[in-house]
Amino acid sequence: MFGFKTQSQTSNFKLQTLNLKPQTSNFKQNIMILKLAWRNLWRNKRRSFITIASILFAVIFVVFMRALQIGTYEAMTDGVVNMYTGYAQIHQKGFWDDQNLDNTMPYRQAMVDSIENVEGVTGVVPRLEGFALTSFKDKSKGSLIIGANPEKEQQILKFETLLHQGEVIAPNDNRIMVSEGLLKYYQMQLGDTLVLLGQGYHGMSAAGKYAIAGVVKFRNPELNRNTVIMAIPTAQWFFSTGERVTSLILEKEEFTGVEKMVANVSAIVDLNQYEVMDWQTMLPELVQSIEADNVGGVIMAFILYMIIFFGIFGTILMMTSERKYEFGVLISIGMKRMKLAMVVLWEIVMLGILGVLSGYTLVYPLIAYFYFNPIVMEGEMAEMYEDLGFEPIIPTSLDPSIPITHAAVILLIAFVLSIYPILKIRTLKPTGSRRL
Amino acid sequence: MNQFADYNPIIMSIIKTNNLERFYTEGDVTVKALNGVSLNIEEGEFTAIVGPSGSGKTTLLNVIGGLDSPTNGAVEIANTEITNMKDNELIDFRLKNIGFVFQAYNLIPVLSALENTEFIMLLQNQPKEKRHARAIALLEEVGLKDQIYKKPNEMSGGQQQRVAVARALASKPKFVLADEPTANLDSKSTGDLLDIMLELNEKEKTTFIFSTHDQRVIDRAKRVITLEDGKIISDETK
Ligand SMILES: Nc1ncnc2c1ncn2[C@@H]1O[C@H](COP(=O)(O)OP(=O)(O)OP(=O)(O)O)[C@@H](O)[C@H]1O
Ligand SMILES: [Mg+2]
Repeated sequence: MFGFKTQSQTSNFKLQTLNLKPQTSNFKQNIMILKLAWRNLWRNKRRSFITIASILFAVIFVVFMRALQIGTYEAMTDGVVNMYTGYAQIHQKGFWDDQNLDNTMPYRQAMVDSIENVEGVTGVVPRLEGFALTSFKDKSKGSLIIGANPEKEQQILKFETLLHQGEVIAPNDNRIMVSEGLLKYYQMQLGDTLVLLGQGYHGMSAAGKYAIAGVVKFRNPELNRNTVIMAIPTAQWFFSTGERVTSLILEKEEFTGVEKMVANVSAIVDLNQYEVMDWQTMLPELVQSIEADNVGGVIMAFILYMIIFFGIFGTILMMTSERKYEFGVLISIGMKRMKLAMVVLWEIVMLGILGVLSGYTLVYPLIAYFYFNPIVMEGEMAEMYEDLGFEPIIPTSLDPSIPITHAAVILLIAFVLSIYPILKIRTLKPTGSRRL
Repeated sequence: MNQFADYNPIIMSIIKTNNLERFYTEGDVTVKALNGVSLNIEEGEFTAIVGPSGSGKTTLLNVIGGLDSPTNGAVEIANTEITNMKDNELIDFRLKNIGFVFQAYNLIPVLSALENTEFIMLLQNQPKEKRHARAIALLEEVGLKDQIYKKPNEMSGGQQQRVAVARALASKPKFVLADEPTANLDSKSTGDLLDIMLELNEKEKTTFIFSTHDQRVIDRAKRVITLEDGKIISDETK
């Protein structure tokens, strides 16, 4: 027999092993891994194309569907929130549930100033809103009266952009503006006088005659049908409210961070006397209908992703079993399992990326087209939308978070699925795989 | 034992096995694929492992090459016992010390002959110029100077096996293990491959251990170890 290794020989060998192992050119190995993955992808062109195509169609379908849905929600909230209620409002406590002039609040400049200083608030816009009967010649109609300061409404009601005829009234104008729908209803002209009759503060009678200085065209159909706009002092005089307003709208630069702003403002106002509400609290029906619709979209997307998941899985199963022998050879000749696993991982991720990118290339022009040329609804659907107070259009959303989310989902699927071949590679025996 | 003393005064044993056993159990049946194999292979050998089908040739080469572990016994390569190495350690050990040529489908199908040959050196982190020069030299040596950019599926079986030999040598291994390297080749390609292997053995002192069924291959081996039922029944050096 022979004696096995001596101590010195072993340690010599180990030293040699260590010296042979420069850690410097891992970069080159990574390039090789990518190169191998890329070429492997095209070994079975037809299969790769089919897999990529399935991802591509899923991307087109899901992203376009979500862009339409979210675009519709954006239009809905935009139409109401951005163009009417604002992101948040302050009222006399209880006003929102019982909207009448007796629940108005006094307008105090000191309070407005301190709110304007709160972080996140870019402006405070007062309004005095009520109802009155309008009439012209032999016609009459119940109308919404908005007492507003046109100069402060640059971000919300934006009279300048909505102006259809005539001019925007001044902040203390005695004349009024009417919505385009109301003008049509009465078949009036600029300069005509509208008669208003109603009930003011604490049951006082409200009556007046106002000349029409301008006509605005609201995008919100409900508002457009029925609205009279007055300067705040004129409205206060008409409703006999004195220095009172119904609401203070909190202006904000962006859509995000509303909650925080509401919290900040709530901290400095007397919550026994006032209520600070964000738009979700003010418009729960809007929020609910969006959420209900949204769930449907998410479920659709989920089902489609499941189909994609199993589609890619099929490809991976075939690929793994076809290449077991090859994997065995690579491990035999000295490729670490980890590196081999990286090759396979990249193959799957590349499939995903190619599918996503080609999908985006096709879907993006579609989304952009329908963003600029929204689908216009007709018939019953249109009426339903208008009754709810929304424009009857379905625009798409250009929100980048939609494609990003779906790219992330598909990459996640790719990563999850690559666990399978990686586990196979981990336990693959170099010999077992050598038997033909 | 010093059969190569004529050209190499310092004889170094590169493979030692001591009473190797490898049993496969399937159900109640235990197959003794290796049943007590003690073997000593020295640098520069050109050795054929022969024997009937099922005698244990592949099993022996796998155990020697660290691709399979023995049920009992030990394998020592260049004074290092490999039997108890961890998987990753063993992969690294194979990369540095052993060249492999399998019966078929040795090569990475998506890489050219040149890239396949460079591949091992890339795994060893050798610099580009060195890799390239050595791969080209090796491919030239195996007579494939004009085929270096061909992919495996553009080459004949014999050419593919020659690339596999070039690849096996690329890492400057201590020895090359080849399990029936000529099994899928016609007689002309078999002869060519053997010529190349013998030339490398003689010029570069490359150690080759290969299994075979082919009498023409056996005839050209310098040492022939015959297995039967997992045991060495004869060991002849010419
Ligand atoms: N993975 C395995 N599982 C079970 N039995 C095996 C396995 N590998 C080999 N054997 C058995 O071990 C014995 C030796 O097999 P081995 O492949 O080493 O023979 P061989 O000499 O290479 O034969 P051949 O000339 O046909 O290639 C055979 O009886 C075979 O059936
Ligand atoms: Mg065999």
